[in-house]
Amino acid sequence: MVWKNFPPDFYVRVDKELCINCMRCIKECSFGVHEYDRKKELWKRHHEKCVGCLRCAAMCPAKAINIEKSRMEYSPHPVWTNKVRKDIKMQAETGGVILTAMGNEVPYLSYFDHLVLDACQVTNPSIDPLREPMELRTFIGRKSERFDLEEDSGASLKTEIAPNLKLETPIMFAHMSYGSISIEAQLSMARAASKIGTFMGTGEGGMHKDLYQYADHIITQVASGRFAVHEEYLKRGAAIEIKIGQGAKPGIGGHLPGKKVTKEISETRMIPEGSDAISPAPHHDIYSIEDLSRLIYALKEATRYKKPVFVKIAAVHNVAPIAVGVIRAGADAVVLDGFRGGTGAAPQVHRDHHGIPLEVAIATVDRRLREEGIRHWGSIIASGGIRCSADVAKAIALGADAIYIGTGALVAMGCTVCKKCYTGKCPWGIATQIPELRKRLNPDEGAKRAANLLEAWSHELKEILGALGLNSIESLRGNRDRLRGVGLNEIDLEILGVKPAGW
Amino acid sequence: MLQEFKKIIREEEDFVIIDAKGIYYRELNELINELILNGSKKFRILNVNGQRFIADGLRGGYYIEIYGTAGDDLGGFANGPTIVIHGDIQDGAGNTMNEGKIIVHGSGTDIIGHSMRGGKIFVKGEVGYRVGIHMKEYKEQIPVIVVGATAGDFLGEYMAGGRIIILGLEKRPEVEDIVGDWIGTGIHGGAIYIRGVITKDKLGYSANIKEIDENDRKIIEKNVREFCSYFGLDADEILKSKFTKIAPISRNPFAAMYSDSRENK
Ligand code: SF4
Ligand code: SF4
Repeated sequence: MVWKNFPPDFYVRVDKELCINCMRCIKECSFGVHEYDRKKELWKRHHEKCVGCLRCAAMCPAKAINIEKSRMEYSPHPVWTNKVRKDIKMQAETGGVILTAMGNEVPYLSYFDHLVLDACQVTNPSIDPLREPMELRTFIGRKSERFDLEEDSGASLKTEIAPNLKLETPIMFAHMSYGSISIEAQLSMARAASKIGTFMGTGEGGMHKDLYQYADHIITQVASGRFAVHEEYLKRGAAIEIKIGQGAKPGIGGHLPGKKVTKEISETRMIPEGSDAISPAPHHDIYSIEDLSRLIYALKEATRYKKPVFVKIAAVHNVAPIAVGVIRAGADAVVLDGFRGGTGAAPQVHRDHHGIPLEVAIATVDRRLREEGIRHWGSIIASGGIRCSADVAKAIALGADAIYIGTGALVAMGCTVCKKCYTGKCPWGIATQIPELRKRLNPDEGAKRAANLLEAWSHELKEILGALGLNSIESLRGNRDRLRGVGLNEIDLEILGVKPAGW
Repeated sequence: MLQEFKKIIREEEDFVIIDAKGIYYRELNELINELILNGSKKFRILNVNGQRFIADGLRGGYYIEIYGTAGDDLGGFANGPTIVIHGDIQDGAGNTMNEGKIIVHGSGTDIIGHSMRGGKIFVKGEVGYRVGIHMKEYKEQIPVIVVGATAGDFLGEYMAGGRIIILGLEKRPEVEDIVGDWIGTGIHGGAIYIRGVITKDKLGYSANIKEIDENDRKIIEKNVREFCSYFGLDADEILKSKFTKIAPISRNPFAAMYSDSRENK
């Protein structure tokens, strides 16, 4: 008895009258759903294998395919949902941990969807961004408390200025490693980042040589597996990010199975072909804030204090004191990854049940850093589940300096969030290393679409600022007075530092 | 900067001698860096007392002699230098090192050689916990750690490549433990050679005892000879001993942990 994915999630319906038997769907589906028996001249559709990516439907020249949510379900039960029953049956069969991808699927409350932005009316005029300059430029890194000038030198600066990243828009592409996504996907983001004047993250898979020419717009990553970490790699990027945790799987490490470590990936990660790439849960040299500080300064020393060093943590219960520790340890920015953050592969139990919402994390960290008088010591970069320019504006109003987008960027390049990245068979050529699939993403096209998304959001951000009567993104940062809560309780509002609508 | 520190620098033959007494690590390392930019290649640093990050991220075949106790992360991310320590080293020496040599006349503490990808570390004395953790290898780069005395628990944890040799000199490996428990927990590449006999109960998850072959013997001999050459010890005597080899049960010990609804494996 095979219970895997029974009943199927999707039903593949092909309109026989429209179908021209071109066989295109067979080629398009990387999960082997469509099959044609030439002898019997019969089509077979393996519904149970369909992941609902819609690739075949989109590419079918006759537009004959419709992918429907399967109507066959177990007898309804509000607690023992179909998903729960299917998961149990699969685990009973395999004895394995359930793997999945992309972000948290449990419908926890979205604070973003319960916050609204203010707008100017009558007494405080709004600004038209088409007529007046709007400043989205953002600097990420440590800011000086005061500036001292050299004595008798006119205007030369005595204060040492810490290195900062200059962003033309407060939106960056999140760290997604080469190995989890294709080089075409990374190239698309690298080109878009350099065109727009922002940055992308390498993830922990190293920097492929094709990316070197965009290195000025690339943030390298140092994760617990230390793959590719090498003095040249550290010196090559614009900044370095130490990855402590990830919102999609707080507290656990990562594992790229040996069969995915191809020649090119092995070269970029600097590990043998075919060997497992294991990133342990903690960094072996970090068991305390003091140890974290040691790694931060080891990286600063190795790059002669020329690169800002960020530290990424998953948003968890005590995120505020942890983030304060990170900044006090010497980080130039703390990256807060909320529990809706995406991933190429994570055990479902961690993805869905660990961590806290990003909105709460931003608000508490920003407040705590201010209370301790060290908000200027480091920037706050928010990531995990940011879907639109309104989310960006709200994150900044809650206290973030800039944000990272991961899933959003992939969707711009074609991803349909089918959640099968970990299989390495991404039907849109993104989360895959298979040459035939990779061809589906043309980096020129990908770069254009990723850049368009940033341009569109930036434009909307300017419009939002205009409506708020502000002319720079700086004036929105931590400006919670321009937010109101709708349908949130008193404690939520207090934690977010936001008034209810009507006040 | 060089002007500022003139008092503590002098030159002797082709060495630059630095008196590091009371100098903050950041200044010491900046000074070394400036001297390198100025063309210096060989350094003798005196009175080192815990200054961190010496030779961190250094690229090239520089030669550095240290007198005293080097602080944490000595030679971290280093790519080529040879560092000789007349004294002890602390946590994380050789952290993620790519190339180079660290030769220690004293002892070391924890996570020596963490994630190192290339180069060699020779410690005459003993070392602490989790030494050689997550060591790697890449193409012809195969890092090596040789320890003269003993090593603590979790030796070679998560090891993905490289070679570790523990000699336990001055101990009698037939009756005394020269390595702590949980050897090679999570090991998925490389090999650990321990003088004497190790029983299976000392091993961590995914580690196994393997037969020593001709190639292993060559590796042991070559590195033990190099080790002895630095510390004036008799290699032939040491090489008479029996060694135990510890290596991973497989290259992919963590496969088969996951289930997928659509793939029938
Ligand atoms: S998995 Fe995607 S390509 Fe395959 S049948 Fe389903 S929707 Fe079509
Ligand atoms: S990246 Fe590809 S595999 Fe992953 S969710 Fe998007 S379409 Fe599916």
